Amino acid sequence: MALPDLAKKPQRFTGGHRACAGCGFPITIKIILQAAENPVVVGCATGCMEVTSTIYPYTAWRCSFIHTAFENVAATMSGVEAAYRSLRRQGKINQDITFIAFGGDGGTYDIGLQSLSGAMERGHKLVYVCYNNQGYMNTGIQRSSATPRGANTTTTPAGTQLPGKPQYPKNLTAIMAAHDIPYVAQASMSHWNDLYRKAKKAFAAEGPAFLNVLSTCRLGWATAPEDTVDVAEGAVQCNVWPLFEVEKGNWKLSFKPKKPLPVADWMKQQGRFKHLFRSDNSQLLETIQQQVDEDWQRLLELCGVNGE
Amino acid sequence: MTLSSQTKNLLKVHQDVDPDIKPNAGWRDLPIGGVIPQGGTASQFATGDWRTIRPVWSKEKCINCHRCWLYCPDMAWISEDGKIQGVDLTYCKGCGICANVCPTKVHAIEMHPEDDFKDDEAVKEG
Repeated sequence: MALPDLAKKPQRFTGGHRACAGCGFPITIKIILQAAENPVVVGCATGCMEVTSTIYPYTAWRCSFIHTAFENVAATMSGVEAAYRSLRRQGKINQDITFIAFGGDGGTYDIGLQSLSGAMERGHKLVYVCYNNQGYMNTGIQRSSATPRGANTTTTPAGTQLPGKPQYPKNLTAIMAAHDIPYVAQASMSHWNDLYRKAKKAFAAEGPAFLNVLSTCRLGWATAPEDTVDVAEGAVQCNVWPLFEVEKGNWKLSFKPKKPLPVADWMKQQGRFKHLFRSDNSQLLETIQQQVDEDWQRLLELCGVNGE
Repeated sequence: MTLSSQTKNLLKVHQDVDPDIKPNAGWRDLPIGGVIPQGGTASQFATGDWRTIRPVWSKEKCINCHRCWLYCPDMAWISEDGKIQGVDLTYCKGCGICANVCPTKVHAIEMHPEDDFKDDEAVKEG
């Protein structure tokens, strides 16, 4: 699909929403919704996406949209999908409808994890999209279990006592793959073609699908608004955010950087890692690089790809 | 009873799409449960006044790659029949992503401070 052709399709998300200038998630939504062919029903967990796109009486969604709480978007959409199946059986609905649940990393990695796990296990035919901006950005940048090690947040402030967040982020994509659902993928809004293709596959899956999409938060990452796409690209190029998919248990690498950039290059672009470039934190920088390399090697093995 | 300006605004958005809401309606006539009966009402809300820098597009240089259209978070780039028509300043917040993702060799978009356009606006309004 070429971009000019993609632009001919009507858009389901409008301007006039109140996200920051240079926000990443509207781009993620745009790419994913352009990939949908059927009418869509969207549910959204509490987060930036929900509160900025539906400020009453305005809504940026041109499709059915359900406002739900932080922890239960997967449960809400399970119910909607079950009701749809019942109505379809009764002959009251006769068309295919796509169900999408959007959640930020707070609503997916932490607060909404049990409802997500339940929905995937019960096999509801819905696509769960985590727009991952690596923190609780809506409430003022607190750490989440998706925040990278060393990042400065308001609950892991970098200073003399702490060099930012002490833990590594958890690998939620692998946790979802362990649910043995038909389709799981990790993508980035900077690689639109890859994300578009993965969204298509997720919509076509015979059962639940999960997409984990890196979406820059220019406020929380402390980057310039115009660099939103570049920073997301950087995360992929330095293997911090590898692109892969797991289809019916088969791991497949979607993109391999020709020569991976050092993680420090990606971190340098962002104010939240500024303190790591002080001389007393150089050891930590090396430790993080080692961990990223190890994770990358493990992923290559899972995908059956040879390393260097 | 005078309606608060907020209620008036809420009703105005709904009146456009819901014929049951009469012009003299009050807060009791608002849709129950905070339901918004029509999608896409945010398009009535202008976010363009957030902007401090403005994208200026050159039709001659543009190669219609649509990267600006794709990566604009505010759906401000207008495309018709696969051709870029320009930017809708009603929504553009001036983030500058479009100028940044425009291929370096093409360089069809430049960001200029809003102050540069002050005189143009004055002419239009005057």
